[in-house]
Amino acid sequence: MTSTRPLLLKNARLVDPASGREEHGGVLVSDGLIADVGHHVIAATDAEVIDCAGQVLAPGLIDMRAFIGEPGAAHRETLKSAGEAAAAGGVTTIVSMPDTNPVLDDPAIIDFVMRRARDTSIVNVRPAAALTKGLKGEEMAEIGLLREAGAVAFTDGARSVTNAQVMRRALTYARDFDALIVHHVEDPDLVAQGVMNEGEFAARLGLPGIPREAETVMLERDIRLVRLTGGRYHAAMISCADSVEIVKAAKERGLPITCGVSINNLALNENDIGEYRTFFKLSPPLRHEDDRLAMIEAIADGIVDVIVSDHNPQDVETKRLPFAEAADGAVGLETLLSAGLRLVHAGSISLPKLLRALSTRPAEILGLPAGRLTRGAPADLIVFDPEAPYVLDKRSLRSQSKNTPFEDARLEGQVTKTIVAGRMVFDRSLS
Amino acid sequence: MNTAHPPIFPHRHLLGIEGLSPLDIKALLDLADEQVEVSRQVEKKKTTLRGRTQINLFFEPSTRTQSSFEIAGKRLGADVMNMSVASSSVKKGETLIDTAATLNAMRPDLIIVRHHAAGAVNLLAQKVDCSVVNAGDGAHEHPTQALLDALTIRRNKGRIEGLTVAICGDILHSRVARSNMILLAAMGAHVRLVAPSTLLPPGIERLGFEMHTDMKRGLRDADIVMMLRLQRERMNGSFVPSVKEYFRFYGLDQEKLDYAKPDALVMHPGPMNRGVEIASDVADGAQSLIREQVEMGVAVRMAVLEALASHLPNR
Repeated sequence: MTSTRPLLLKNARLVDPASGREEHGGVLVSDGLIADVGHHVIAATDAEVIDCAGQVLAPGLIDMRAFIGEPGAAHRETLKSAGEAAAAGGVTTIVSMPDTNPVLDDPAIIDFVMRRARDTSIVNVRPAAALTKGLKGEEMAEIGLLREAGAVAFTDGARSVTNAQVMRRALTYARDFDALIVHHVEDPDLVAQGVMNEGEFAARLGLPGIPREAETVMLERDIRLVRLTGGRYHAAMISCADSVEIVKAAKERGLPITCGVSINNLALNENDIGEYRTFFKLSPPLRHEDDRLAMIEAIADGIVDVIVSDHNPQDVETKRLPFAEAADGAVGLETLLSAGLRLVHAGSISLPKLLRALSTRPAEILGLPAGRLTRGAPADLIVFDPEAPYVLDKRSLRSQSKNTPFEDARLEGQVTKTIVAGRMVFDRSLS
Repeated sequence: MNTAHPPIFPHRHLLGIEGLSPLDIKALLDLADEQVEVSRQVEKKKTTLRGRTQINLFFEPSTRTQSSFEIAGKRLGADVMNMSVASSSVKKGETLIDTAATLNAMRPDLIIVRHHAAGAVNLLAQKVDCSVVNAGDGAHEHPTQALLDALTIRRNKGRIEGLTVAICGDILHSRVARSNMILLAAMGAHVRLVAPSTLLPPGIERLGFEMHTDMKRGLRDADIVMMLRLQRERMNGSFVPSVKEYFRFYGLDQEKLDYAKPDALVMHPGPMNRGVEIASDVADGAQSLIREQVEMGVAVRMAVLEALASHLPNR
């Protein structure tokens, strides 16, 4: 698309989570960037004008954790279908996980994904590269070369690096390149055969549990290593109250640590598993209601920095199985904002704080210029009606896989327009 | 102890650069300058060590250091015996101290020792009556390498004091780096350490050297670029991700060398991994002193042996 005609989004409720500012006004977009923003913004004479009808206009969401099946499992999700799902959900940048086939541990494969995404995806895709070769947790990947190729972070995706020496060296080496290490904090030995939160409900269902300590032990270890090495570290997802305390203490010590939480651990709890519903089989597992409330508070307090969709497409083959045998994961790109708005409607957090965790903080952590309504920032924008009610029909999902835990859920708040680099990539009034 | 004349070098052993004064170092370098001349004559033989027995005791294989010490000893007239671990009783389980006692009973005058464990040469020196030269102990010291590097620098730049020397690469495992750091700092050079953090010993930042993890910054305006060898087993994911990545960010190629002074000189203790820590065109280029280092190695070792010989009992 080569349209260079400026675009004016007017009559909007501007919410800039970076500054916390809310006002009525508009955004002028030119050459893919925000040219002006505020109540005073008036169109250039040749601008295309869109009336936002008083809806919220905010920076597009940046999802730091999405599994996409390309390359290797295109039957579950392609960069194209993930892009369409993301655009419909208001996600303008996806950080794709390296758990693909082949694994994203080679600069040439990073290059392939970036080209492929550019050609087929309507939203930005920024790949995270493997932290260790083949995600095996043994030898560190080419962090310098992968970073030059365009990797925004280094992670073994859904796997934890259990060898502390490997983690220490990776953190040490990554620091020289100012590379961000993102880690799935779950000790696989403590998880063992566990498939859901350890506790009363698991005991009732007769399912092996995953103790919170699987998370806290790994998290504590990592924080010690961060203190030793000074490497930049992001715990991909924490899920329980104890972890919040650990992160809080580490941040108070001034360590370069940030962390995320899955939208699922904010919106759902272990009881949602009900009668062995496999779409609620997740990693980390859904926890107790007390943990969920602690996670929400941690988002409100800023102890937890970001909210991720943890988008993980699975098909019938991997999900229509007995609970313990089913794969982990749920799709989430398309429902991320709606599920997040539940917290706003419940009065748990403010809209700017929600958007901060979904947009500004991810951008800051990844070193991206987006995530803010500021002149000169990329025009990655969304317009949404935070009150619009709907019932989720999973057949309407654009994702190739339909494993959503929000099937038939009543949700409030839907994206009406998504703009990436100044270009409209989703318009609900047309779909 | 009887000496014919006052010693130019007031030590019985050479176990490390640590403990040498700038005067000691200067004396050895001055003496080595003379040995260079000897080695360039047709008649290379001196009589300083005539009648003396020198044992080269190498617990780690080394072609160049061992042959350098052998030639040095022979040019000074010593009887040189090479003992390498492959054929020794150490393989049969003899302890280091027993080996020392056994050799000591053969009444050698000089023992040159290389050992894979830091501190092993020191231990051995305590158990023998002769002079001991450390030819490399673990990641601790390799004093004759540092001396030959200093001699090479001094002969090419006319001085050591005030020069900026960048030591680059696997500093963590390098005895060459350690000895050089101490010597160069003692002689008034400005020493920079350039390496990925995984190849720097934790805590080294407290020793007061200028440190860089970015090679181009580390080489900026350097007079001397000293490259270190990266062992093969450390190349693939344990300390650095791969050879390709190491060469890209830490290998000395002409582009990186151009950040140093235009008349900067390149050194490497050998053996080189071409295409790993150094590009072939740089190793063989006009700025390279690598061949000359080998020649200076013999001269420095002759100087060390001669200096220690002045301490040997004459009765």
